Amino acid sequence: MSDRPILEMTGIRKTFPGVVALDGVDFRLFPGEVHALMGENGAGKSTLIKVLTGVYGIDGGDVRLAGEPVHFAGPLQAQQAGVSTVYQEVNLCPNLSVAENVCIGREPRRLGRIRWAAMRRRAADLLAGLDLDLDVSAPLHSYSLAIQQMVAIARAVDPAAAPATRPQPEASGRGSRVLILDEPTSSLDASEVARLFEVIRRLKRDGVAILFVSHFLDQVYEIADRMTVLRNGTLIGEYRTAELPQMELVTKMIGKELTVLERLDDQTRHAAAPGEPIVAAHGLGRTGAVAPFDLTIRGGEIVGLAGLLGSGRTEVARLLYGADRPDSGRVEIDGRPVTLRAPRTAMHHGIAFSSENRRTEGIIGELSVRENIVLALQAARGWARPVPRRRQDELVARYVKALDIRPADPEIPVRNLSGGNQQKVLLARWLITEPRLLIVDEPTRGIDVGAKAEIQKLLVELAGGGMAVLFVSAELEEVLRLSHKIEVLRDRRLVEEIENTDGVDADRIMQTIASGATP
Amino acid sequence: MTALTRHRLFWPAVVLVLLLVSNVFFAPRFFSITLQDGHLYGSLIDVLRSSTPLVLVALGMTVVIATGGIDLSVGSVMAIAGALACLMIGDLPDQGSVGGVLLAVVAAVGLAAVLGIWNGVLVTVIGIQPIIATLILMVAGRGIAQLLTDGQIINVSSPPFRMIGAGYFLTLPVSVLIVAAVVVAAALLTRRSALGVLVEAVGASPTASRLAGIRARGLTIMAYVFAAVCAAVAGLIFSSNVASADSNAAGNLIELDAILAVVIGGTALTGGRFSLAGSVLGAVLISALDITTYTIGIPAETTLLFKAVVVVVLCLSQSAAFRAVVFRRRTVGASA
Repeated sequence: MSDRPILEMTGIRKTFPGVVALDGVDFRLFPGEVHALMGENGAGKSTLIKVLTGVYGIDGGDVRLAGEPVHFAGPLQAQQAGVSTVYQEVNLCPNLSVAENVCIGREPRRLGRIRWAAMRRRAADLLAGLDLDLDVSAPLHSYSLAIQQMVAIARAVDPAAAPATRPQPEASGRGSRVLILDEPTSSLDASEVARLFEVIRRLKRDGVAILFVSHFLDQVYEIADRMTVLRNGTLIGEYRTAELPQMELVTKMIGKELTVLERLDDQTRHAAAPGEPIVAAHGLGRTGAVAPFDLTIRGGEIVGLAGLLGSGRTEVARLLYGADRPDSGRVEIDGRPVTLRAPRTAMHHGIAFSSENRRTEGIIGELSVRENIVLALQAARGWARPVPRRRQDELVARYVKALDIRPADPEIPVRNLSGGNQQKVLLARWLITEPRLLIVDEPTRGIDVGAKAEIQKLLVELAGGGMAVLFVSAELEEVLRLSHKIEVLRDRRLVEEIENTDGVDADRIMQTIASGATP
Repeated sequence: MTALTRHRLFWPAVVLVLLLVSNVFFAPRFFSITLQDGHLYGSLIDVLRSSTPLVLVALGMTVVIATGGIDLSVGSVMAIAGALACLMIGDLPDQGSVGGVLLAVVAAVGLAAVLGIWNGVLVTVIGIQPIIATLILMVAGRGIAQLLTDGQIINVSSPPFRMIGAGYFLTLPVSVLIVAAVVVAAALLTRRSALGVLVEAVGASPTASRLAGIRARGLTIMAYVFAAVCAAVAGLIFSSNVASADSNAAGNLIELDAILAVVIGGTALTGGRFSLAGSVLGAVLISALDITTYTIGIPAETTLLFKAVVVVVLCLSQSAAFRAVVFRRRTVGASA
């Protein structure tokens, strides 16, 4: 770690109509360090990154790269100066090959013609550097989200990203001098995270400055050397990781003591008084998605779906909502057989589904917070019976308050909200339809501790009120904390149902995930 | 003031005013409106009257574009509506019969609705891309219109039919009143019911809309029906105005002007948020542009070029990025 910062941002100010996103924020990044940017949703982390990479212009302050003032007009310029970003949601072209995705925009050429063989070789080399052995000619979408994330990182660390024509005293011959990883681990499982961290450490040794954003505190403590904490667009401080205990960090991030999390634990484990079965699936399955399974969900019960990435969790959820058509089995609601032909049918039977892809399958970015919240209710009523405006305002005001959606202006487009607040909008959309079964797929992915605890608490309260909840999450801890009953999936097959009693812990579930059904 | 200049219709409105004002230098009486025989006359009235078919077609196009589609067949539907109406009126024993004319109008609009369903079904049920699906009717439609009229131009002399495009009521042209009524009805229908927001949801994100339980298919078909019906009314106005059905001239290339009007009005071609008021403004602007080329005496062979230049300027004026560049240069120049 050198003593001169490679990147220095001072007094950064950025406003959006009606919102001050960043208010005089300072940020320093040294070569050869991993620096975590911490804060709740809406604290300004993403905005700071977008300002740094030239996605947004700034309204005040200045940015210096290696001592020189810079002003990037866009991500491409930033990349050419050696500032690369890997975003939370993979921003690649799924229909192009892996090699094309790694090299797009900087393909090896001869006489203006792309040298395909050289391109594939380079992509394969870069991926080999990350311990990945892929068919680089295969289209990107044929790989899991986790692999796609690694491809995005390979692309970001490609030395060709910063052309050799620019002299780079700090790291000559290398690609990025600054690598920004925005929630890189949110879709990776434990072993993939370990692999990613190896890559990060290697880059760090090479003198790359790494800006790391993650909501997994354990990961931050494992990998980061220093951290900068933001809250509501203002700078709280810059700390050495070793000198800031975890609880203190959380307190700084949310500005108040965090006690909700511990409370929840005992509430669910013992308050299990499930009512009548609401939804029962018998031999429900879909070829290529998930093998036929039986599942009963009772009123007042939270059923957790556990399993590795790609084990069929989402597929189970989608079948129960009619988002995909089953090709075997049947579903009973209140003991009566029903055919879930489409989401609309499931909705009429009181089933709600919040997708894991909230940006593409959940919220509708250009519509306002109010319109997004009322959407499902309005769809159920049909176009000819609009929800009266006064009733809309009442409902929206109630849920904006209850879920603490920020900013609390219901008329701004929902795309201007942070990820956690978008998730809350999506939950509000379903809650106002007063569902009997709420299916939530990864509702806490990529959102901060405070909002996460709030959403968990909300689910427990809803179940307490008699609602059935199907809770899907990659985080075992979370599934254990909330669920009355845990369904374990492995290789697209439901292998075991575990009552979540006192003896059950993560190890017990991991065992099933690793080995299939226990003997 | 900034709130005003930031409004997305501010710059199109400015261009419209500039266009109208520029006419005064060539036709000093451009802004004067006179009352003659209980009819209002004047260039401004002409602008409104000549814009009526385009306003209607642009209105329907807006809703289709909002669903994420496009309708290329509107010009052909205009031709078919005009042909059918003139055919039926020509067969009337008494062309002055109001009932007969009404029946012809209803038949033309009804046929257009069927054609709209055809477009909508091709797009939603069969799953053909909108541009291809409506291209079918765009090409076939002119053929249908010519079949109806046996390839001839049918002339009619029916006073009630003539009212639609050339008549006056309460000093105003009937066509302008019809269009105003359709605009108001469309605005009420989309914004007072939930149609508007549901269509926007479907256009902005079909997947998310499906998971939210929106019945996209019905909404999309309705949008194509609305576009076809608007086109039919436009076709009736056009053919009434010339008292004949000309299957080649009616609505020729109007789909392109309509798409342009929609874009000028601030509705994105990718679907989602739409603005009916914007499209109306866009359509009036395009008509004003046509009239301006005549008043200021642009040679006929360069009319299209002149139009293109104005459109480019207009698009640039609407681009925030372009304005930023212009303004930055100006402030730098001032401080230097």
